[in-house]
Amino acid sequence: MSTETLDTPIVAATPVVAEPPPPRPEPLSDRMILEFERPVVELERKLDELRALSSETVDFSNEIRRLEQKARKLQKEVFADLTPQQKVQLSRHPGRPYMLDYARLLCEDWFELHGDRSFRDDPAIVGAMARFDEWEVLVLGHQKGRNTKENLHRNFGMARPEGYRKATRLMRMAARFGRPILCFIDTPGAYPGLGAEERGQAEAIAKALQVMASLDVPIISVVIGEGGSGGALALGVADRVLMLEYSIYSVISPEGCASILWRAPSKVPEAAAQLKLTAQDLVGLKVCDEIIPEAPGGAHRDLAVTAAKVRMAIKRHLRELSALPPAELVERRYQKFRAIGAFIDTAT
Amino acid sequence: MAWWSRTGGLQTESKKSVPKGIWAKCERCSTTIYDGDLDTNLRVCKSCGHHFRMPTDGRIEMIIDPGVWQEHDTTLESADPLGFRVDGKRYSDSIKSAAKKVGPGDAYRAGTSAIGGIPVEVGFFVFEFMGGSMGSVVGEKIARQFERALASRRPAIVFSASGGARMQEGVLSLMQMAKTSAARSRLREAHVPYISVLLHPTTGGVAASIAMLGDIIIAEPDALIGFAGPRVIEQTIRQQLPPGFQRSEFLLEHGMVDMVVPRGDLRATLERSLRWFAGAPGESGHAAAGSNGVGTDPAPGANGTGHA
Ligand SMILES: [Zn+2]
Repeated sequence: MSTETLDTPIVAATPVVAEPPPPRPEPLSDRMILEFERPVVELERKLDELRALSSETVDFSNEIRRLEQKARKLQKEVFADLTPQQKVQLSRHPGRPYMLDYARLLCEDWFELHGDRSFRDDPAIVGAMARFDEWEVLVLGHQKGRNTKENLHRNFGMARPEGYRKATRLMRMAARFGRPILCFIDTPGAYPGLGAEERGQAEAIAKALQVMASLDVPIISVVIGEGGSGGALALGVADRVLMLEYSIYSVISPEGCASILWRAPSKVPEAAAQLKLTAQDLVGLKVCDEIIPEAPGGAHRDLAVTAAKVRMAIKRHLRELSALPPAELVERRYQKFRAIGAFIDTAT
Repeated sequence: MAWWSRTGGLQTESKKSVPKGIWAKCERCSTTIYDGDLDTNLRVCKSCGHHFRMPTDGRIEMIIDPGVWQEHDTTLESADPLGFRVDGKRYSDSIKSAAKKVGPGDAYRAGTSAIGGIPVEVGFFVFEFMGGSMGSVVGEKIARQFERALASRRPAIVFSASGGARMQEGVLSLMQMAKTSAARSRLREAHVPYISVLLHPTTGGVAASIAMLGDIIIAEPDALIGFAGPRVIEQTIRQQLPPGFQRSEFLLEHGMVDMVVPRGDLRATLERSLRWFAGAPGESGHAAAGSNGVGTDPAPGANGTGHA
């Protein structure tokens, strides 16, 4: 995947107004099914077959009901006892809804905005003016691709400096006009490439953190998939940090951690467990303010149900935050992040 | 007294081929140098100008006005919030052994001090302590340093030398990037100067937060500075990196740092910059003795500065 050179060509192919994409087809292809999902999916396929057969003369309704119950029970059992590594897999599930999938359901009057005004547009981060419920808002989020072509365009949701600079530019603009900011976090991390380093990846992320800390409008960040390190945090200095039930947020990927600390790729599940990166862990660490439940079996099993829960959560928090005076917002956001961490003072 | 007295700094530089603590071999030009000579030359190779790593004690002594150093928060220690262990080795034990070797205070030392008579809140990443990695203690110390700078309106200076966030504290270490950047943001709004000095190496979460947020950014020559480590980039793009990539001079060329300053000129450069911020011209580059150049007077008794 060497799409980046010292002189990245300027791509002028981005549309002026990008509409969120049409609904995705729901059924998962075989390669999109995780191992621990398979028993349930196979039961469901059997159910589909039975339903198709029973339409004519034979009545399978008892058998169907029995299998439906069995599938529900099985799914509940599997999902009640997921390992951290399984949650990592769910957060990266190939069928998982991405930022634009939620935006399509949650927002109206969507106008995408482009570019960092200095180098180029970065499709790995999407920014848009939109209407959410009663609010005119700025929506920002990492966007992954659904297939190879899209991923080439979106760079797997791994932003370059211009992506963060676009985000920073738009956030400043939103604050100037008193518009709340909604961020959707879903990235493996900032892109580690030649051009990205050359153009100041570190500075672009740092600036985003600094700017977010200073804006006097409500900021809500929702981790919808992968919260990968600094590239995720660059959209995460928010008044409220919400996480979907099977999303993760970490300083490093389990793969990176296993290779650095264990020097063994086989230790990835162990690293995933040690890093305490699940939404449930992050509530305990006071990094996540609220977990948004996903549809049974994960967000990819029912986008509409999951999106409705995301809508409710954002609405509730936005209403609370909108009631606060702007200076109070900034102060509370500062104190929120100021308090995160764990240390001992041996003098006390 | 040698300035690395506490850290035993010269041992960290010695190579297997030369006897410990007497001779050092230059990594760049392979010259064998008597360690005492290296020390008198601020640990810079006289043959090729290569900057050896400088132990933090020596670094502090080299930068600040002699004796003007009130260190803060030395009693903060890393907790082990995740109960992190690698193959049975606990993070809390790594902390203990690092503290035993390097000294207390984790990977950052901050103090109220003065440079050229100008009071400052200055802090130093301690690379000797777990690669200068930023966990909760480092984040807390930097936030407190910036808060002191804000309250007293003294300029803040951070010397970065760090591999990035401390993985063993998981997402809490990531959040220190937000914490320190937020504290830096307050200094910015209040127009209190912040100077960032980048030493070898400054990468990862430290680069992507406070290190790149200085009003001015100064780098030592040939320091590795960047977000992603060179190995990660090479694995991603599957090609070798050009020589000099992510080094100080490369960043200067690409507009990411204001200047690359050899170690021997660092103190004078800081002094000059501080004077510019303070709007108090010195006497041909020298500090007026006892001058209290910064805008507002520090609250009496609030700090231990003053010439010893
Ligand atoms: Zn040399």
